[in-house]
Formats: sequence, C-alpha cells, structure tokens
Amino acid sequence: MNPEAKKTLRRLVIAVPLMFAFGFALVPLYNVFCEVTGINGKVFQSDNAEKLVIEDGRPLGLQFISTNNENMPWTFKPSEDVMTISTGKYYTATFYVKNTTNKTMTAQAVPSVAPSNAAAHLKKLECFCFEQQELKPGEDALLPVRLLVSDELPENIENIILSYTIFDVTEYDDEAVAQHMHEEHHEMEH
Amino acid sequence: MSAVIENHHDDHHHGPAKGLTRWLYTTNHKDIGTLYLWFSFAMFLIGGAMALVIRAELFQPGMQIVEPEFYNQMITLHGLIMIFGGVMPAFVGLANWLVPMMIGAPDMALPRMNNLSFWILPFAFFILLSSLFMDGGAPNFGWTFYAPLSTTYAPPSVTFFIFSVHIMGASSIMGAINVVVTIMNMRAPGVTLMKMPLFVWSWLITAYLLIAVMPVLAGAVTMMLMDIHFGTSFFNAAGGGDPVLFQHIFWFFGHPEVYIMILPAFGIVSHIIETFSRKQLFGYSSMVWAMLSIAILSFVVWAHHMFTVGLPLAAELFFMWATMLIAVPTGVKVFNWVATMFKGSLTFETPMLFAIAFVVLFTIGGLSGLMLAIVPADFQYHDTYFVVAHFHYVLVPGAIFSIMAAVYYWIPKWSGNMYDERLGKLHFWLSFIGVNVTFFPQHFIGLAGMPRRYPDYALQFADWNMVSSVGAFLFGVSQILFLFIVVKTVMGGKKATDQVWEGARGLEWTVASPAPYHTFTTPPKVD
Repeated sequence: MNPEAKKTLRRLVIAVPLMFAFGFALVPLYNVFCEVTGINGKVFQSDNAEKLVIEDGRPLGLQFISTNNENMPWTFKPSEDVMTISTGKYYTATFYVKNTTNKTMTAQAVPSVAPSNAAAHLKKLECFCFEQQELKPGEDALLPVRLLVSDELPENIENIILSYTIFDVTEYDDEAVAQHMHEEHHEMEH
Repeated sequence: MSAVIENHHDDHHHGPAKGLTRWLYTTNHKDIGTLYLWFSFAMFLIGGAMALVIRAELFQPGMQIVEPEFYNQMITLHGLIMIFGGVMPAFVGLANWLVPMMIGAPDMALPRMNNLSFWILPFAFFILLSSLFMDGGAPNFGWTFYAPLSTTYAPPSVTFFIFSVHIMGASSIMGAINVVVTIMNMRAPGVTLMKMPLFVWSWLITAYLLIAVMPVLAGAVTMMLMDIHFGTSFFNAAGGGDPVLFQHIFWFFGHPEVYIMILPAFGIVSHIIETFSRKQLFGYSSMVWAMLSIAILSFVVWAHHMFTVGLPLAAELFFMWATMLIAVPTGVKVFNWVATMFKGSLTFETPMLFAIAFVVLFTIGGLSGLMLAIVPADFQYHDTYFVVAHFHYVLVPGAIFSIMAAVYYWIPKWSGNMYDERLGKLHFWLSFIGVNVTFFPQHFIGLAGMPRRYPDYALQFADWNMVSSVGAFLFGVSQILFLFIVVKTVMGGKKATDQVWEGARGLEWTVASPAPYHTFTTPPKVD
C-alpha cells in the first residue's frame, strides 16, 4: 500500500473510536443542553432565588401530579391537588408518602414540569426529589418541596403542572446512583 | 470516458482457487462482492418471509395465525434483517464488484480486511436469528429498539441482539473504510474526483456517513448493555437517566442511516438512466453537490423522528425546516434524471424499467416524507401506517428496486451471460404491481388512524389490509422468479458482449464479459 493510502487509512481508523466516544459524549451534552435551555421539564436546585422575590406578582395556578412507576407499591399523593400562587413568592407544598409493604424500601422521585418552557422559571430551594427516601414497613411521611416561580415566566402561561414519578430504587441503592443524582442537581446552581 | 486497456499481463496471475476455501479465504473484490450479494439475497428472502407472516396475520382483523408476542418478534427481526442484512450488504457487494472496475483499480485497497468484513456478517445474523429459539423469544421491541422497552422490559435475548449489532457495525465500518481508501488512493491516472462515475461518488459519501454514524450506534447499544448488566442508568429515569436521550442518540445514527440506504441507489439509477437514454447524464456536478448536501443535512434533521416526545417549539420548527430543505437537493436529482430522459433515445430493458419505477415511486415516498416533516401533521401521522407506507416506498421501490436494477444491469458483466429479457420484464411488472398494491393502501389506513406495530386492528381497516396482504404475497412470490432468473443467467444464456449495452459508458464496460478474475492490474489510460 502506498504511503498516501496509509495516511487515509490512519485517519479513518482514528475517526471510528472518536465517533464512538462522541456517542457517549452526547449524554453529558444532552444534559448540559437541557440545563442551559431549560427544556425537557428538568428542574434543578437553586440556592439564591432571593433576588427573584417580589411583592406584586401575578396569580398563577400550580397543579401537582403524582405517579407511581411500574409496580411501585407505595402510597404517593400531593396534600393539595391545586394551589393558587403568585409569582415571586415562596411556597411550600407537601406530598404524602407511605410504605405499604412489609419491607424497608428506598424510593427516588423524579420531577417534570409542564409546559416545558416553565421549567427554567420554577426555582426549588428544597425538594424531596433531591434525595432518596428510605421508609420502614408501614412508615409514612410528608415530603416538602419549597419553591418559587419567577416573574419572568412567559406571560401566556397561567398554569404550571409539577409532576413527580416515584421509582423503587431499593435495588439500585448504591453510591454511584446517589452520587449521580447529587451531581446532577448541583450542576445547576445559578 | 474512454480507455485503452492492456490486458496481456495475465501470464503470472492465477485464477480463482478451487472448492469451498476459495470463498472462505478469498481476497478478490469480485468474489467478495458475489458473497455479499448472495448473502443479502438470502437475508432478503428470510426477512421477506417474516414480512409475509406479518401480512398473513393482518389479512383479517382478529388474531389468526401467530401469538402477539411472536408478531412483535417478527416486526423487529423483519426490520433489522432487511436493513442490516438485506439492503446494506447488497450495496457493499455492489461496491466491491464495481468500485475497483469503475476507477480502474486492480482490487480494493485492503483485501484481507475485505474478507474479514464479509465473513463476520453471517455470524452476526446467526446470533440474531438464533434468538428466536431462546427462552423469552427474539427481540420484540421494534427495529428502533427504544429504551426502556429494549432495556428494562426486554427479553433476555437482548444481549445477543446487542452483540450482533456490534458485529454488523464492525463489518459496515470496515467495509466503509475500505471503500474510502480505495477511492481516495487507487483511481487510475486521469480519473479525477469530478470525473468519477456517480456510483463511486455515491459510495464515497455513503462510506463517510457509515464511518461517522455506525460507531454512534455501537455506543447506543453499549449503553443499553451497561444499563442492563452493569447497573448504569443512561436511559433509566430512576437512576437519573432519560429515555428520550436514547431516541436522540439512536436517531443521530438513524437518520444518516436512511441516506446510507439510498445514496448508492442514486448512483446506480443515474448510470442506468444515462445508458438507456443514450445521452450523457444531465447535470453531473449538480448530482455530486446534491448528494453532498443531502449527506450533510442528514446530520441535522434527526429529531423529526421524535416530534411527539415534547420538543420545544423552536426545536420543532428547526427540524421541520431542515427536513424540508432536503427536498431541494433531492428535487435537483429527480429533475436531472427526468432531464436526462428528455429527448433521449429511450429503450426499456429491465434495468431501465426498474430505474424509471425507482424515480417515480421514490418520489412518492419522498413526498409523503415531506408531509411527515410538517410538525402539526406529524402529530397525527406519527406511528401510524402512513409512516409505514412512507418508509416502505423509499426502501422497497427505492433502495431494493435500485439493487434489482443494478443486478440486471451488471449481471451480464459479472456472469458473461445475458439474462432472459422476457422473464426480467415479467419480474419487473409483478414486483411493480405487487409493491404498489402492498404499500399504497397503507397510506389510506394510516391516515384513517391505524397504528403501526399491532397484530390486530379495528374493523374499518379490514378491506385495505386485505388488499395490502394480497399485494405482499404477489411481491413475495415474484422474488422467487428473481432468484430463478439470476440462477438461470449464472448457469448460461446468450453470451454478453464486452460493452453489453449500446449506450453504456465507463471503465467496467471496457473489460471482457465475464469480467476476468483480475482486472486493471496495470492502470488503464483515461482521457
């Protein structure tokens, strides 16, 4: 084979692992893209929403939805289905959760916001979804989420739906997953 | 393009080895091309048999023949086998046979890798097909294998599926690297880039697409493997992953893959229309630029497969317009084919019939693609039989008709014998009628709301489903005729001349028919 052909070959052979790595790079790129644009309904923890506090915000409907993933047997429901809130104020909502089984289980709630372009304006100071919940058999709890909706919310949005899906992660309960969730929530501190 | 051939250097060359080991150890591009083509034909028949199981079940509403679980395995394997086992190896086989002869090279640049890239393919499909006999059955999540259906809810055989996709990917990547190195470095003096035959151009672009996206597919299935067996959560929401991410990665591969399956067809059809119009192809350089722009655009349209996952408005608009933009270079190509035929001295031998049918029916498939590109319309069409009709129109009378056209067009050069023109025309008309009777009604039932991938349907879809099934069996049976014609031609028949077709141009027509085992051991002179 002539040297020119060897050069072409070498370039192409290098391109293959690079594209393989690019496939994996799409994973963090996807998360960064969702964070920056605030799409995908992903909500991240924010520590300094203080400057968003205002007195005369506009009224807004905030609806809560709870879903059990697959065969997750726990009872999981919002204390109130709907709250009337105003933008630029802190509110605390609670979700009731009960382990109805006879074994200790660990759960992870995953949030989502609709419409998706509201997600960037929903600021959570505290959320049970930032950590895993472990409940003993028959144990129950009220899980709080403390949030504020920024007044920069697009005008046409009059209702926001905050939905949580609760997953059984007893089997997954290892440090790697916990670490992963932790990192993801802290990447987005503004 | 004209050429002066010196083919008197055969004294120190040997013909093919004898027996089975000839095929096992061969590094000859023509042998490997033949292997690829026969392999893809076998896969075409297996995948076709699965399609007939599907159509037999859908002949009437209600469950008649197979269990729903088995139906799901059939749709999955049908898709995977036709794409990775039928269309792609057929194009690689054609590239093996034709690219070296068209550019005046003695063989592919990397003959041993060529052997390897073919011989791992049968193993990939043996692994995939063997999953039919495993506990829990074969993969049943559709050829698009969306997570979590293909991870959390998959049958245990999914691991075999993943490894078979890895092997298919490795084979395609090696094949593509071989094609690029050959084309970039082994052209005969005088064959400049803008003098290359369009089939060579189409394969050069296809090969780059393959090298870019097959590793991404390998990455996607590797992530699935890790989610299933190693406790990662790439696509598992409970662990912080995202199922929609799977769709983004998959379609980042999947959309260029669509063009991988059609660009070589563009090349083939350009040659055939040129030959049987007895004119120079209209707009050669615009053909090259059109293919290049289609290839580049293919990387920025993937999300049009996922309009209904909840993309933000800006993304939906971007992907809609980018998708529609592809209609421009594609329209240029269709215009050029029609302009080539305009005022040409047309004759309608079998390859030309398939090529003209390609232009007409592929355009129909392209237009339904434009309809699907419209976001609000897609919300209704998504996952209906309209989508099934669309991609079968671009793949069956698109890609597969072009492969059949290529076989009729070049088989006299490969075998030295002319095929039976009467039987060829019969095969064409049966296929043409069969394909339209099968897939055209699927537009209607899709627009009426019949979802894809279900083994049963509501009563109002019964009539057109029955028509579609009848068409499918007609199309399926006529491929047995194709097999017969090919075997008959290889066994004997009227001897072909070297040029074969009156209007044929290009270096491959300057060598003897059948093409000698070694061609262009000294490069031809090209003006």
